[in-house]
Amino acid sequence: MYKVVVPGDFISTEVNRAGEGTYVEDGNVYALKYGVVDDRGAIKVVALSGKYMPVNGDVVIGKISEISFPYWIVDIAAPYEARLRKSEFGRGENIDFGNMCEYLDIDDLIVAKVMNVDVMMRIDLALKNEFKMDGIGRLIEVSPTKVPRIIGRSGSMIKLLKDKCNCFIFVAKNGRIWIKGRSADMDIASQTVMKIANEAHTSGLTDRIAQFLDSYKSEKERDKVEE
Amino acid sequence: MKEGKIELIKDGARLSGRGFEELRPIKIEVGVLKRADGSCYFELGDNKAIAAVYGPREMHPRHFQNAKRAVVKYRYNMAPFSVDDRKRPGPDRRSQEISMVSRKALDPVILRELYPKTAIEVYVEVLQSDAGTRTAGINAASVALADAGIPMRDLVSSVAIGKIDGEVVLDLDAKEDNFGEADMPIAMVARTNTITLLQMDGRLKKEEFERGLKLAMNGCRKIYELQKAALVEKYSKNGNGA
Repeated sequence: MYKVVVPGDFISTEVNRAGEGTYVEDGNVYALKYGVVDDRGAIKVVALSGKYMPVNGDVVIGKISEISFPYWIVDIAAPYEARLRKSEFGRGENIDFGNMCEYLDIDDLIVAKVMNVDVMMRIDLALKNEFKMDGIGRLIEVSPTKVPRIIGRSGSMIKLLKDKCNCFIFVAKNGRIWIKGRSADMDIASQTVMKIANEAHTSGLTDRIAQFLDSYKSEKERDKVEE
Repeated sequence: MKEGKIELIKDGARLSGRGFEELRPIKIEVGVLKRADGSCYFELGDNKAIAAVYGPREMHPRHFQNAKRAVVKYRYNMAPFSVDDRKRPGPDRRSQEISMVSRKALDPVILRELYPKTAIEVYVEVLQSDAGTRTAGINAASVALADAGIPMRDLVSSVAIGKIDGEVVLDLDAKEDNFGEADMPIAMVARTNTITLLQMDGRLKKEEFERGLKLAMNGCRKIYELQKAALVEKYSKNGNGA
């Protein structure tokens, strides 16, 4: 079990180990956020809720919200809207005011990389190679603070999910998750993802999820036999 | 203060049977609203308040944006059915003032500079009122802000003191507020003893003020512990398994 702290909770006196989610006052480290303490390495408070804040290099799933030449305005589940320049499609393309929507229309989903965030919080996106999300599959949204848990340590959790659910699962940094597969597989995958998100603060989660998936599967098989 | 006289202290006890330094029973629930980013239900005796926090999100209208920091919007609203005589719904002079002072009570703990150009919206609805709704609102809002994952230096706790029948007492109820001599709500950061809100209605002598302040600060510390406990409980409840 991790230790849950609330803003202003005293954590430690080791000022030089103070990390993310903490602040230092009078030689003490205090929690800045409501979350769990992680003191392997630097002392960090991992928040359990909160909005996505874009960082250079993050791969996110965005939704086109507006077309405003020469940009697409993209909603990336952050407090700020992001822009995608038309030149992202390459110099060869002849994109103008009129045909932008033929490339990307409003409500289209894309996979993009955050290229630059400036001091005025203007966000520029770059397209990934396979950027189009072609309407197949499901998109679920969780708090971006749960993303590390869904991926697991060095990808253990996501690997487990992909193996046991037979799905293509893509987890973006902004908490949007794209699941592609057969309908029944997607059901279990999305259910499991929500379960991970709800229990992100507990320890031994990967094992429990493995158990959960196994019991779900055996249940399914039993149903089949009965039929 | 209404005219008329009621004996508020009988045989050394308050009408409610509480001691002079006793808070009303408190109940705190975290995360009661599914669609809000953070929420809290707060009960202080017969006061029932619910707070919802949204954000940080884009600030609209745009010209109210601040290029350096987030803007906190606070809306205190009393439900029409929250008081004895139906309250005319909608914002009025009183609720606007309370919204403003409550916002200023919470502003100092929020790290607004981390989210430039955004708005952090706090909505406080008073469902039932029995004097001290602004303090209940601030307590609820502070927990809801933490629940929304907003970076804060600390929680803010709030309570009122007052003077009834010549005695300084903690946490007035409606009768004591209406027929008492003074009412003073305060909000503070319990760990650092930083007072972020202090209002006074009525008159207190200097010694009474000082004694009242001490009482209120003790009250805030108690509420602070309850706020903390409620937040910690949210993540130990649905803990292992299940």
